[in-house]
Amino acid sequence: MENGVVLTMRGITKTFPGVKALGGVDFTLRKGEIHALMGENGAGKSTLIKVLTGVYDFENGEIHVEGIDSPIINHSTQEAQNRGISTVYQEVNLCPNLTVAENLFIGREPKKFGLIDWKTMNKKAQQIIDDLDIGIDVTVTLENYSVALQQMVAIARAVDMESKVLILDEPTSSLDDNEVEKLFGMMNRLKEQGVGIIFVTHFLEQVYAVCDRITVLRNGELVGEYPIAELPRVELVAKMMGKNFDDLASIKDADDTCIKDELIIDANGLSHKGKIKPFDLEIHKGEVIGLTGLLGSGRSELARAIYGADKAQTGTLKVNGKEVKINAPIDAMKLGMGFLPDDRKAEGVIADLSIRENIILALQAKRGVFKLIPRKEQERLAEKYIKEIQVKTASMETPISQLSGGNQQKVIIGRWLATNPDFLILDEPTRGIDIGTKTEIQKLVVKLAKEGKSVIFISSEIEEMIRTCDRMVVLRDGMKVGEISEDITQATIMKAIAGGDSNE
Amino acid sequence: MSKSANGDSFIKKLTGSKVFLPLVCLFLVILINVIKSPSFLQISINNGVLYGRLIDIANRGSEIAILAIGMTLTIAVSAGTDISVGSVMALCASCCCTTLVGYGVASANKLNYPIFIGVIVGIFVGAVCGCFNGFMVARLKVQPMVATLVLYTAARAIGLLVSNNQNTYVRVEEYKYLGNFIKIGKWECPIPTPIFVAIICVALATLFLKKTALGMYIQSVGINKNASRILGINSVLIIFVCYVICGLCAGVAGTVASSRIYSADSNNIGLNFEMDAILAVALGGNSLAGGKFSLAGSIIGAYTIQALTTTLLAFGVKTEQAPVVKAIVIVLIVVIQAPAVQNYIKNRKARKISAGGGEAVAK
Repeated sequence: MENGVVLTMRGITKTFPGVKALGGVDFTLRKGEIHALMGENGAGKSTLIKVLTGVYDFENGEIHVEGIDSPIINHSTQEAQNRGISTVYQEVNLCPNLTVAENLFIGREPKKFGLIDWKTMNKKAQQIIDDLDIGIDVTVTLENYSVALQQMVAIARAVDMESKVLILDEPTSSLDDNEVEKLFGMMNRLKEQGVGIIFVTHFLEQVYAVCDRITVLRNGELVGEYPIAELPRVELVAKMMGKNFDDLASIKDADDTCIKDELIIDANGLSHKGKIKPFDLEIHKGEVIGLTGLLGSGRSELARAIYGADKAQTGTLKVNGKEVKINAPIDAMKLGMGFLPDDRKAEGVIADLSIRENIILALQAKRGVFKLIPRKEQERLAEKYIKEIQVKTASMETPISQLSGGNQQKVIIGRWLATNPDFLILDEPTRGIDIGTKTEIQKLVVKLAKEGKSVIFISSEIEEMIRTCDRMVVLRDGMKVGEISEDITQATIMKAIAGGDSNE
Repeated sequence: MSKSANGDSFIKKLTGSKVFLPLVCLFLVILINVIKSPSFLQISINNGVLYGRLIDIANRGSEIAILAIGMTLTIAVSAGTDISVGSVMALCASCCCTTLVGYGVASANKLNYPIFIGVIVGIFVGAVCGCFNGFMVARLKVQPMVATLVLYTAARAIGLLVSNNQNTYVRVEEYKYLGNFIKIGKWECPIPTPIFVAIICVALATLFLKKTALGMYIQSVGINKNASRILGINSVLIIFVCYVICGLCAGVAGTVASSRIYSADSNNIGLNFEMDAILAVALGGNSLAGGKFSLAGSIIGAYTIQALTTTLLAFGVKTEQAPVVKAIVIVLIVVIQAPAVQNYIKNRKARKISAGGGEAVAK
């Protein structure tokens, strides 16, 4: 093995029934390097990680780890762990009801006379935490800390188990900027200690902020490995997508002359206690409204109150000029609304059902239980939307859980398109999905608006909103604080979010 | 060539089907019987009605099969078992008999109302119990096991109250029809009535699940309640409906069981049937964690259990020891269907195929 290399994977091949997930992929990780693994949804990043950590077996190829002469095959994450390969996932899998120290030492507690030596354990734990400069009290239960800190504890645990290779699988998805900053600080310290870090993320900015090297995968094949300095962003995106992707800025028509005076939604003083304070909102036909604000500012909650996902407790809502009462989502759907929730796993996908069933379910619910959509019609609809929004799948009968995140999201979007809504709420439709799909979804939103449908678009990425929205609604601390309809730029939005002299 | 390809795909379809393993298990149980006593498959006509082990199994398994319908749905929709069904059966039987002969009458030769009124009351009481369970689980979000524990404990006792602590006998020939054989004038139907009842219940349930979107709704709610709500399904209502159906099934099973012995024996009717019903669902290859389900599997499971029980008694296994043998067989069946074992078999097959392919290439 080369000097300074902690991990090599050569010619890794893995097939799922009907799909080649990995075709002869090489990967090299050096000591003290942060190595980004990039690719679109379904490019094979997760599969490669899972092969490495023993979640999946693989057909061909060799994995070498520093210090072990023969090639290794991990059969379980435990085995991988023993060979110095640790993984920290997006969702923290520690026990929130145990203390930080207990979490750090669970399963390997220091013992004295056969009993747990609490004093030593807490002391050691505090030392680990201090070494990494996390700065928390180890005797407090984990649930008292933010997700970011929990994630750091997870990393601390992984590192303390003498990891040579640390895999961070989308660790930043649920963190805010400050927390991400902290996490990066920690990654850099680990890097100095000689740990090799594999960093899987969708955020380009983060890759360029912290990584040394990038390996790009596409459709299960290796595209190449590049030092960060030699691969500008545009090229990275091009390599991930396999084409020069068109200018994102051109999505919205400059001369958008759609007449927007027909009122679709007219909300007056809607509120949900503890979540969103009373707000007024008017939405016109063919309009794309962006809801912006920091996480927890009430942007999802506003949309949920309109749709009835969380029933509005005060105020009136007029749809197409008529006052309506929405008690449950089905009422909203019957009025022509659709709602794509931000938590895909908890509120979007019906995991074990097929793609076909996932697509037609909302339409079926709208028609009512006794008017079953005939099988032929179901298949026609499923095929139509699989094609229209380009879901990558072998068959429409595949369970949706077997698709990659982005493709799952597409299926859910297809579900709502199938109901032919006049007014569609998209809450974070592009979170956790690759840039190519993001562009497609943004284009779709603009297309829907052109067809005369109204859309509420919620996103954490301001640039994305600027590209797609006609008007921005700004929220802060559970309150609608303003609207921006002209001069939508990053600066004006930021200013409005931050407060001070907001527009209008 | 094309023929063999067709054959392959047929076998694949068969073995890939959800009910394949449950069917194999049922078949094995019957096969062992046939080997032990070749007369097993014999069906003869005595006194104008059919006799034979198979008939016996089909007849005696009716109640479990009917209960299994409801149990499949509650498990699918809420990952919860309705453990009250056995007790509810007893309550329904009591209500049915008491309605027919009047409160406090221990034995009667005359009826107060036509029989169908009694049957309807019995089934209705089952539905009411289902409503109670459904309300607890769907609306109040009590854990299914705890919610149905209430009626598990209480229903049998209420049944005793209703029948004034005695076995109310309905000594009217027509009352026996539902649980035995129908006679019209001189003609006697050779097939036991419970078989018809079970067939009708299964057919109705299948029709209802396949011809409406209910089956899809139940799976959707069972897999992800919140997502189902967001996409417009009334999750609470669907869960409620499943428990009501389960109660209805218990009502039907209860009246059938009561008709068999033309009495309301609240202490014994439906005793431990809830466990058999749950087992039937499990033997049918359904996950007790809810979600996707196969009704056909559960029904096959129900008859497998009955086949086992009948077999053991026929083989002269003592009644006290029968549960031991039953347990052993059930453990085997469950293990064969366990995901871990299934994966192992699949992997071995895959390896064999790839090894075979390698040889072919080498040649």
